Amino acid sequence: MKAYLNRRYRFSASHRLHSEQMSDDENRATYGKCNNPHGHGHNYVLEVTVSGQVDQNGMVCNLVDLDDCVQQNVVTRFDLENLNYRQEFASAVPTTENLCTVIYDILKREFRQAHLERVRLEETLFNSFEYARTEGLNH
Amino acid sequence: MLYLTRKVEFAASHYYHNPELSPEENRRLFGKCNNPNGHGHNYVLEVTVKGEVDPRSGFVVDLKRLKEIMNREVLDAMDHRFLNKEVPEFATRVPTTENLAIAIWQRLAPTLTNAKLHRVRVYENHDLFADFYGEE
Repeated sequence: MKAYLNRRYRFSASHRLHSEQMSDDENRATYGKCNNPHGHGHNYVLEVTVSGQVDQNGMVCNLVDLDDCVQQNVVTRFDLENLNYRQEFASAVPTTENLCTVIYDILKREFRQAHLERVRLEETLFNSFEYARTEGLNH
Repeated sequence: MLYLTRKVEFAASHYYHNPELSPEENRRLFGKCNNPNGHGHNYVLEVTVKGEVDPRSGFVVDLKRLKEIMNREVLDAMDHRFLNKEVPEFATRVPTTENLAIAIWQRLAPTLTNAKLHRVRVYENHDLFADFYGEE
């Protein structure tokens, strides 16, 4: 039977929202305080949902494999970093929308033991973003 | 279509063991969760039902009735229990969060006649939870 497994992870990072395609005035108008040249930070919460048939061990996938994959490929990569200096954001604004899709693509590539359903990223207690490529959010 | 979710908490113990695997394989696969003396969690169960709002009552479901069913089918059977030993489903299935969500769905679906079950979500802790939407 198909079930969905959800796991939450945490990392902290700083960023500055600034688009090279806009003037300074437009950047300030668009991003407000987030355009502060010195940047600011968040404690991000990453929620990963994978799905699959529950096997004879009662698992969609081995949680250790998922934890190792997310830890190595996402948490270690972004934790305590300035996102603007990361190569993933060399040509994209490090909004949480873009971070969400970057993380989704990394996990889609790296995690093969179950189907990646979606990635949900909480920037603060009040803002969260979800991403699932092409298939959409089924539930 | 409107969705209504009711949440309850229950405390239970369990351990993971697949009798078809050797003791070494069980230890390697399940790690500390394989300790036969068990360990416990404060589970949080979220049951979501769906339906059209009844124009007379304004309800999707009679919440009192839903509460009674959840109490009888889940809490009476699982709260303050050792899942492996006291809940029949887990005599043959490993009581993982995934299987717990499936077992709770299978208990609720036939008895919930006044609304359609949409999702069973079981939190083992704040950072780990499983969803089951019935057989897809």
